[in-house]
Amino acid sequence: MGKGQPGDRERPIIMTDRTMFDLKPADPKRIDEKYLSHLELGEPDKTFLDSNELVINMGPQHPATHGVLRVILKLDGEKVLGTECVIGYLHRGVEKIAENRTYTMFNPYVDRMDYVAAVSNGLGYCEAVEKLLNVEAPPRAKYIRVILTELNRMASHQLWLGTHALDIGAMTPLFYTFRDREEILKIFEKYCGARLTTHAFRIGGCQYETYEGFERDVIKFLDYVPAKIDEYEELLTTNRIWLERTKNVGVISRADAIALGVTGPVLRASGVKWDLRKAQPYAAYSDFDFEIPIGTNGDTYDRYTVRMEEMRQSLRIIRQAVEKIPEGPIMAKVPKVIKPPVGEVYHSIEAPKGELGYFIVSDGSTQPYRIRVRPPSFVNLQALDIMVRGALVADVIAVIGTLDIVLGEVDR
Amino acid sequence: MLDYITSYLSSNTTPGESGNVFWALVYIMVVFGGISVAVMAMNWLERKALAHFQIRLGPMRVGPHGLLQPIADAIKLMTKEDIIPAEADKFVFWIAPLIILCASFAVYIVVPFGPTHAITDLNIGVLFMLGVSSLSVLGVVMAGWASNSHYPLIGALRSSAQMVSYEVAMGMAVVSAILMTSLHGLGPYGVSAASSGTGTLSMIGIVQAQNEQHVWFLFKFFPLGFIAFGIFAIAMVAETNRAPFDLPEAESELTAGFHTEYSGLRWSLFMLGEYAAMIAVSSIAVTLWLGGWYRPFPNSLTGDTWDLVFSLFPGLVFLGLAAIAFLGVRRMPKHPYFRVQTIGLAGFGAVLGLIGLILFVPPVRDRIQDIFWFVAKVAGFMYLYIWYRATFPRYRFDQLMKVGWKVLLPIGIGVLILTAILGVVL
Repeated sequence: MGKGQPGDRERPIIMTDRTMFDLKPADPKRIDEKYLSHLELGEPDKTFLDSNELVINMGPQHPATHGVLRVILKLDGEKVLGTECVIGYLHRGVEKIAENRTYTMFNPYVDRMDYVAAVSNGLGYCEAVEKLLNVEAPPRAKYIRVILTELNRMASHQLWLGTHALDIGAMTPLFYTFRDREEILKIFEKYCGARLTTHAFRIGGCQYETYEGFERDVIKFLDYVPAKIDEYEELLTTNRIWLERTKNVGVISRADAIALGVTGPVLRASGVKWDLRKAQPYAAYSDFDFEIPIGTNGDTYDRYTVRMEEMRQSLRIIRQAVEKIPEGPIMAKVPKVIKPPVGEVYHSIEAPKGELGYFIVSDGSTQPYRIRVRPPSFVNLQALDIMVRGALVADVIAVIGTLDIVLGEVDR
Repeated sequence: MLDYITSYLSSNTTPGESGNVFWALVYIMVVFGGISVAVMAMNWLERKALAHFQIRLGPMRVGPHGLLQPIADAIKLMTKEDIIPAEADKFVFWIAPLIILCASFAVYIVVPFGPTHAITDLNIGVLFMLGVSSLSVLGVVMAGWASNSHYPLIGALRSSAQMVSYEVAMGMAVVSAILMTSLHGLGPYGVSAASSGTGTLSMIGIVQAQNEQHVWFLFKFFPLGFIAFGIFAIAMVAETNRAPFDLPEAESELTAGFHTEYSGLRWSLFMLGEYAAMIAVSSIAVTLWLGGWYRPFPNSLTGDTWDLVFSLFPGLVFLGLAAIAFLGVRRMPKHPYFRVQTIGLAGFGAVLGLIGLILFVPPVRDRIQDIFWFVAKVAGFMYLYIWYRATFPRYRFDQLMKVGWKVLLPIGIGVLILTAILGVVL
């Protein structure tokens, strides 16, 4: 490990201007040894022909770590004795940037965190600032938000499915999901001009009225996609190899999941019926009728089925929203210069990957004093170690895929 | 000298058996050259077929419909920098791809493309084939070890375990096919009295036994031949490290497995070896179970008319391919930019059509028959390989071992025993 690389913990990682406490390790061991000491959690079953454990470095440049995650694996043959995630390769200091931008200027930055679910990120931020300002978006804006956010959930889940299946070795679903994700991105592009980092919402509502034929496009998509979801399922759900690769792999119990703060489909697959859209409805979610799919075993297969069902539920929500969308303004009365009162607010939404929370501290100026993001991927990634310990190398890949992490969000 | 060369033509055996060195060399050149071309064609076909499974177009830029893509790839690989890692064991690193290549090509010595169209006919042909093809595991282990890197090492260990364990199941299936050569038992199509009743390990002998017994071994003792064939068909995918058993080179887990550290020409030798091995094992499956070079129904649809009908197939297939090429020409964009490509595709179609027409000429027609049916059957297997790759996820290592040892091997032994019993009883 080179000097100054993200994993080099001897160098103090200064997150703010002030050094809050000394990050120098008490024990000045060699870095490598320090890492190994983290991993001294299991021992090989027996020593055969002077064999010993193997420490391999998976990532940051590895085809299946979904970006730049680096996992240090301690292996006994193919069995995983322990893991350590080294993150920070995609750290851009989003939270720090927020301190030097006005509330409005920071809005596009949040799209760059979970870049496959940019709309959800924007929704969370806008609602958090609205909560701080004590304004509420008009009903039409809320409905537009719901439609776009749920479309984005679909897109995010489709990307997850494609890459997860690719990690497990099934190439073809990737292309099918990307074909259908394209339709969603086209709707985004028509709505706000951008496909990925959409910056779709503004504080107080939406900037753009829906374009001519928006409803028709969405309905067309809703009619088109259920058959395609069946198509993905046909390739995977009852495939014997898929079942063997995902059943009882990366199991996380209900208690562990709650203790680790895991959220989203990962938590629901462990049997906890917790979805912020129902638990503390935001936007217009209280108006819609939808189910929260839950799993029972908390294994990779359950997470797969939960997400597949979530896609269908998203379609249900979108259909209701398009049918019931009210007329009216799309922007609440918000001052040109946003200057929230002194105070702090925490607002969280159900992003495709789990609970996405924004904690904003305002000192009464035009710039936030501090923004802290609670990213679902980062928290869910903590569960990796207990999910893969004792499993095989191939399971690590499957579990990284099933956690559905986006490194832009983990590192921020 | 000329007598020496022409004397072989009147003999009715393979050049290896008749001891004619000249013709043996010619056959070796033709077979190995043909396999290399087949590998290139397979490369293009796989990319195209896989692309169409996955709603893509595949290679489209180099030549019309990417027809020149394999050549472009070959040039790229040959001119690429050849990297040997500093910490690698240079000699072993250098020799590993050659071992794989030699092992997979040596199998073709005994593969019978026709009654006399084989380099030689060993009386232990099947044994030779099993022995030589399993040598490639040596190359894999050497490659993984010599790279002196973690991922190749894991890939090599996986591969050696996989190939060794699937060879056992494969052997059981092969032995049951060999047993069938000596057993008269009743297949669904009856049995001929002309059968010699003696077993053989010779590849040509096995095909001829299927003809004598009037049944492909696939259908002999009905479920038994089928099951043995199924075991072989699964084991051969595992043996060649292809999806869904492509763990040694599991891209998403081990980046590229045992050949992670290889680049350029050496890497292409691995690929050449892999595809050659795929064709080789498919040829073996065709030889042992699908009646080798014989056309479908050689005994029930007999007579001059049927012979004529079946002998028209090769030419018709090539004409069909030419028709597809001309359809492509018609569908080419009408833009000056595409003129060269359109002409190229038309030329390609013309060549295919010409070959098709030549294949209708009676002397050529009769000589090409055996090779055509053999290649057609092998091509079916090649398509299956691509199909598997497009459809299945990858097995995990322990599941792979479970399938090999706990499922395929017991079934293989059971089939072997039942085949033996049935052969004696019936």
